[in-house]
Amino acid sequence: MFKALAVVGFAFATLQAAHADQVSVAVAANFTAPMQKIAAAFEADTGHKAALAFGATGKFYAQITNGAPFQILLAADDTTPAKLEREGKAVAHSRFTYAVGTLVLWSAQPGYVDAQGAVLKTGDFKHLAIANPKLAPYGLAATQVMDKLGVTAALTPRLVQGENIAQTYQFIATGNASLGFVALSQVMADGKITSGSAWQVPTNLYEPIRQDAILLEPGKDSAAAAALLKYLRGDKARAIIQSYGYSF
Amino acid sequence: MPFSSADLAAIGLTLRLAGTTMVLLLVLCTPLAWWLAHTPSRWRGPVSAMVALPLVLPPTVIGFYLLVTLGPNGPMGQFTQWLGLGTLPFTFWGLVVGSLIYSLPFAVQPLQHAFEAIGQRPLEVAATLGAGPLDRFFTVALPLARPGFITAAILSFAHTVGEFGVVLMLGGNIPGVTRVVSVQIYDHVEALEYTQAHWLAGGMVLFSFVVLLGLNLTRRRIPSMVQ
Repeated sequence: MFKALAVVGFAFATLQAAHADQVSVAVAANFTAPMQKIAAAFEADTGHKAALAFGATGKFYAQITNGAPFQILLAADDTTPAKLEREGKAVAHSRFTYAVGTLVLWSAQPGYVDAQGAVLKTGDFKHLAIANPKLAPYGLAATQVMDKLGVTAALTPRLVQGENIAQTYQFIATGNASLGFVALSQVMADGKITSGSAWQVPTNLYEPIRQDAILLEPGKDSAAAAALLKYLRGDKARAIIQSYGYSF
Repeated sequence: MPFSSADLAAIGLTLRLAGTTMVLLLVLCTPLAWWLAHTPSRWRGPVSAMVALPLVLPPTVIGFYLLVTLGPNGPMGQFTQWLGLGTLPFTFWGLVVGSLIYSLPFAVQPLQHAFEAIGQRPLEVAATLGAGPLDRFFTVALPLARPGFITAAILSFAHTVGEFGVVLMLGGNIPGVTRVVSVQIYDHVEALEYTQAHWLAGGMVLFSFVVLLGLNLTRRRIPSMVQ
């Protein structure tokens, strides 16, 4: 009996210790690739562990307000973290912009998208994929671009919507949609477009996609969470973030 | 009005999808279930397992493979393009194909059980009275298997109404074409429109309950009608 209790107590103690070193992070889908790199560097540099969950910012908001134990949110926008702060679900004044996203018109076929994006007006494609504008900032930005270019009416019948930017990428990568609007970070590595063809949309055609990070209530006293937020603003993380086409 | 026009469009589309899938499944599954109920072939086991696969596979697996195989670079996609039909993802008929697979066991299994329950005896008696194979099937087996057909129809319809993962991966969320009720609910929840989500989600709960209750009642009544 005594021995069993001791074992349980020991297990509990180690669990506690392990817990203190781990930070759970909800990450916007568009930031998947850079965050995986940053987390690996963070773990190597600090010894803390980062458990990452990827998905739509709106979904994370619903989960967090319903008690999901995420400690940090890396959102795809700046409104969701602000809302969480107002509602007392996040630590006040912990909010900052970790990246400014870039929108890109991308096709999996090389040479399909021209450098001026003229294909939007002239192209004979059947489907143009965007992220759901109601749920995803990159989807909203895509609709702003189409509005500015005056092609919304012509393109609306051809739109297919991904639930988030990752699914939108999937539609294009499998060839089911000839082209679509995704995050530059999804098709760029080390400063180069990795496959297919792309038009980096000029930033005057859409509202800046400011992506804010925030410390959530469950992460208030976590050393690992504080360390990760600091790490995100450090030179090493910023270099990684920039290599995926984000600005600051 | 608790439902927006987008909600109503999603409801209409869902009923159309479920209805189309149900009719096609009954037509396609009758011979298959008949064969499974009567064949001594050693392929019976593997085919049964294939039919039951959608019961255990996550919808994401079905959705992912359909997206790849029905796409322009996939074998089925190349075939449909060769037929001049274009590719199926993002279309109503693409969802029908997904639903046929997704709801297959819900049509085949009740039919197979019904055919098995009839046994050989009534068919043999009919044969001795001079009925040919087709005659035996249409005038003896089909009427006796009626409860199985009703169960198969209701279950395949209801299961298609409840489909989510396959449509999400294959559909592209196009209003009136591929945005079904389950996806519409998902959109409402993600956009924090909880009131609209409640109306649709609550409606689904009520619908499913009524369907299962009705199924229960028909199951009790039909056998007595047959005998």
